[in-house]
Amino acid sequence: MSEELIQRVLKVIAASKRIPPETVTVDSDFQQLGIDSMDAVEILFALENEFDISIPDEDARAVRSIRDMCAGVERLVAAKNSGAQAAQE
Amino acid sequence: MRRVVITGTGAISALGRTTAEFAESLRRGRSGIGPVESADMSQLRFQNGAEIKGYCHRAYFDDRRADFMDRFAQFALIAAREAVTDAGIEWTPEMRETAAIITGSCVGGQSTEDIGFTEVYKLGHNRVHPLTIPKTMANAGASHISMEFGITGPSFTISTACSSAGHAIGQAYWMVRSGVTDLAITGGSEAPFSFGILKAWEAMRVVSPDTCRPFSRDRRGMILGEGGAMLVIEPLDAALARGARVHAEIVGFGMSSDACHITQPSTEGAARAMRAVLQDAGLAPEQIGYINAHGTATPANDPTETAAIRSVFGPHADRLAVSSTKSMHGHALGAAAAIECLATVLALRDGILPPTANYQEPDPDCDLDIIPNHSRRAGIEYALSNSFAFGGLNAVLALRRVA
Repeated sequence: MSEELIQRVLKVIAASKRIPPETVTVDSDFQQLGIDSMDAVEILFALENEFDISIPDEDARAVRSIRDMCAGVERLVAAKNSGAQAAQE
Repeated sequence: MRRVVITGTGAISALGRTTAEFAESLRRGRSGIGPVESADMSQLRFQNGAEIKGYCHRAYFDDRRADFMDRFAQFALIAAREAVTDAGIEWTPEMRETAAIITGSCVGGQSTEDIGFTEVYKLGHNRVHPLTIPKTMANAGASHISMEFGITGPSFTISTACSSAGHAIGQAYWMVRSGVTDLAITGGSEAPFSFGILKAWEAMRVVSPDTCRPFSRDRRGMILGEGGAMLVIEPLDAALARGARVHAEIVGFGMSSDACHITQPSTEGAARAMRAVLQDAGLAPEQIGYINAHGTATPANDPTETAAIRSVFGPHADRLAVSSTKSMHGHALGAAAAIECLATVLALRDGILPPTANYQEPDPDCDLDIIPNHSRRAGIEYALSNSFAFGGLNAVLALRRVA
């Protein structure tokens, strides 16, 4: 996973939850950070805006960790970019 | 304190245009959930809802009258007309002066608001239609009912999200019980199928991509519904004196707030509302035979409600029948409690408990007798109707069969 993408995801989580960015790492635990289900849908919303992607409910439900979340975002961004490239070709 | 009975009912929902059609759908366990037709769903992650298929105001209102009414207010008045006719009320000037109208609505005239905001935000027009405010206001249903029947008594609307109509009916019940009014028209209506609010529900990620499967292990969320249900309630003595048909008696109303989380349900809050209704009704838990559950089919609600029922009813929870009729008429938000109260009234009156439709797989966290898929004959004397709103505001009604 790209470090830049991870940092952007962490920043989104911290901004959305309004906690200091340094408290969120890729290995942080959702429960530890006090992220409940409503916080989670807000974070998903913020990620969709940040990366201009649409996160399906099923993908969102499968996320168990911040690492999962970064991987999911990376996959959706890659799918978006390859789609855009295909459209250009 | 006076005993209070229901002498008139009206309903329009995905399960039919009248109480009789509603009762028949519940008896057959027929779900009204399907692809939404009244809103453009092409940009939404979910496609299904519980709509009143083919609804057109012309069956009920001339065009000029309908100009003044959002769909949700039309549903309120359609249900109220049926309830008043059913009750066989012969209006006197005194009755019109003292009767109360208390309705519930969560989102009011959303489709009207959507149209107005599209004009200014999207289309760049400099004006919105002058009836946008009177059509959007959540009390429009109550106001149109008052104008239709010339009722000049206390009339208002309660907005407590998914409990709105429960709080409305409970308040009306207490007003009749205490003698503040001798007659009330009460219930709720909602029409949430407009693009803006559908996107907002989508963002919450609580709407099921297929159907509503309360208490089923594979449940995937709620399904929105639209419609309205109204009751005419009056003192038992007055009903008997005029020879009215009594559908059921309201025997208690209980409320609580979770004071916990703006969306997550609380076992303790739900349990306190059920304890409050039992206390208000003077009932022991063992006297309850059926609960019409809030049963939204979200991952969070159903186990929480199950735990709350177990905490209030103890071992009796295994002898109770519990079902969620949202599996058939969807979650009609501010109308939900009225539609479900009516389902409970019919269950008592007709001796047929409505099922939880679309049920597929037992969930150990929802291990109640949830009447899967097929209605059941049972002579129940007392029943509850649960409503637990976003915002943690809970309302539970207790009803009794009238022999």
